[in-house]
Amino acid sequence: MKKLITIITLSMVLFSSCVEDEVPGLQQTNVTLNFQHNWEGTTVTNTDFNTIQYINAEGDELSIEKLRYLISKITFHKSTGETIVVDGYNLVDVTNNKNLSYITPIEIPIGTYTNVSFTFGFDNMDNTDGSYADLNSVSWNVPMMLGGGYHFMQLEGKFMNDLTVEQGYQYHTIRAVDNTDPMSLVFQDTFFQVDLGELIVHNNSSIAINMNIAEWFKDPYQWKLNDLNSMLMPNFDAQIKMRDNGQNVFSLGTVN
Amino acid sequence: MKIGCYILLVMLFLSCSKDDTATYVPTPLALEVPQLFSQKILPPVIPFDNPQTVEGVALGKKLFFDTLLSANNTQSCATCHAPENAFTDVTQFSDGIDGVFGNRNSMPIFNAAFNYDEKFFWDGRSLGLELQAIQPVENPIEMHNTWQQAVTDLQSNSEYPNLFQLAFGTTTITKELVTKAIAQFERTLISGNSKFDKYLLGTATLTPQELNGFNVFMDETKGDCFHCHGSDNNPLWTDNIFHNNGLDAVFTDLGLGEVTGDPNDNGKFKSPSLRNLAFTAPYMHDGRFNTLDEVINHYSEGLQNSPTIDPLMKKVAQGGVQISPQEKADLKAFLLTLTDHNFINSPAFQN
Repeated sequence: MKKLITIITLSMVLFSSCVEDEVPGLQQTNVTLNFQHNWEGTTVTNTDFNTIQYINAEGDELSIEKLRYLISKITFHKSTGETIVVDGYNLVDVTNNKNLSYITPIEIPIGTYTNVSFTFGFDNMDNTDGSYADLNSVSWNVPMMLGGGYHFMQLEGKFMNDLTVEQGYQYHTIRAVDNTDPMSLVFQDTFFQVDLGELIVHNNSSIAINMNIAEWFKDPYQWKLNDLNSMLMPNFDAQIKMRDNGQNVFSLGTVN
Repeated sequence: MKIGCYILLVMLFLSCSKDDTATYVPTPLALEVPQLFSQKILPPVIPFDNPQTVEGVALGKKLFFDTLLSANNTQSCATCHAPENAFTDVTQFSDGIDGVFGNRNSMPIFNAAFNYDEKFFWDGRSLGLELQAIQPVENPIEMHNTWQQAVTDLQSNSEYPNLFQLAFGTTTITKELVTKAIAQFERTLISGNSKFDKYLLGTATLTPQELNGFNVFMDETKGDCFHCHGSDNNPLWTDNIFHNNGLDAVFTDLGLGEVTGDPNDNGKFKSPSLRNLAFTAPYMHDGRFNTLDEVINHYSEGLQNSPTIDPLMKKVAQGGVQISPQEKADLKAFLLTLTDHNFINSPAFQN
């Protein structure tokens, strides 16, 4: 008898779900963000890594061996001033082709938005030390002696130095910290909001977000890898420069 | 659409009927995950087709210590992966049943269930513990057996068919079931009870030297070990990723490059965990360093440049990170706080 009741109940649920499938006019949708990368317009994927083939604004020849970065707080801005904030974050791992697409875990109302934005890195509220098991598991942490929390980006590779010898660089971005006095760290925020601009969200929309990697070395600070290549995490001034150079790194690509 | 619903209803009836048939199910066994692991990192990886069971782990343990798997019945997995050495070998290379030595140092086995990418061996050539366990049996310089022979021997053994029945519900032994059982046992080998773990949990105190050593480990301008070897937030003490850590200017062993065929991977080997270093000498993929002092000296002033050297190997032109003798001593003191005596002495892991 119990089985019969269960089956009848299940069949009612099945029928009702079947009927719902046929109702047209979805008002909300998940949105897919596709992270794409280029060097001054030339596509960059992990198959382009490990070869010195890029030239930055300073004229340094360089390769990319690792690129991963964190974005958070994707926000859809309506003309009314209302915002829809997608809680969570995405660690884009270009090296391993992981998380290059991110589907919003919540549905977004279909319609026109005056701006779509995200935070590069974590804001201070979210940048809490050791709080995210998935990020801890991939060693994305920042040592507590530098304030703890998490990296925002790890861009690594080799460049030809002034002696025309290959040398490694580690362009790691974190919250800027002056650790001159280890007992009294001084911080400056380096996360920033990336504004993609106006767009229309359709059913099952996908939004391409482009990163021009060359911009990290370009504007306003013309990065000289011979001078700044290693141990940049505790380098307060370097972190500020990286933040400033990051302002024009991202742009909106194709929206479908 | 409605037709699909009717089909589902029929399937429901059928599945309900099947529920009435009693089938043997081995006893589920949850892994004992240390508190810090639960707090800090993702859960262990358990394949959906090889869940942990009491009977499976017991069988896997028996197989792990059984010399029956080798061609001449002289070596078991534990011969080169001894519990007292955190499941590695004390020699640079291990000799197989014919007295032939390999060219890689035996890898310690612990916390394998937390190797999220599931790439095993120094060169990552096996994807999953089950696949890893297949290789040593037939390796001509290890157990030098055939799986056909090993399975035949197990099948004709007076105990094993019944143990496989208990673990997997069948007395028919296959190499797949053998390796599943071994993998289940290996997943129980969890090490998370060192002095440093206790320090993080507030139940132990570090000496000033050990704390200084931890700072050297975490300082990007000094040891900068944390980028590859975990941190207080990653209790695995490895990233389980493949790096060229500057051992050689010219490679005699291509490592990951041999597996992928990509020259950019030449000379790259998996970062080992820094837990239990007190038990796991000699060090590196080829066991070239007998002491921790030699390892630290390598990173401080012994780096060799090569095209695939990891960018994280800073100051290679100067030979390494150039830490002072005191910093080296402190770093060593810290590393030894990752020693887990309970792990190597656990009765559950002994023969």
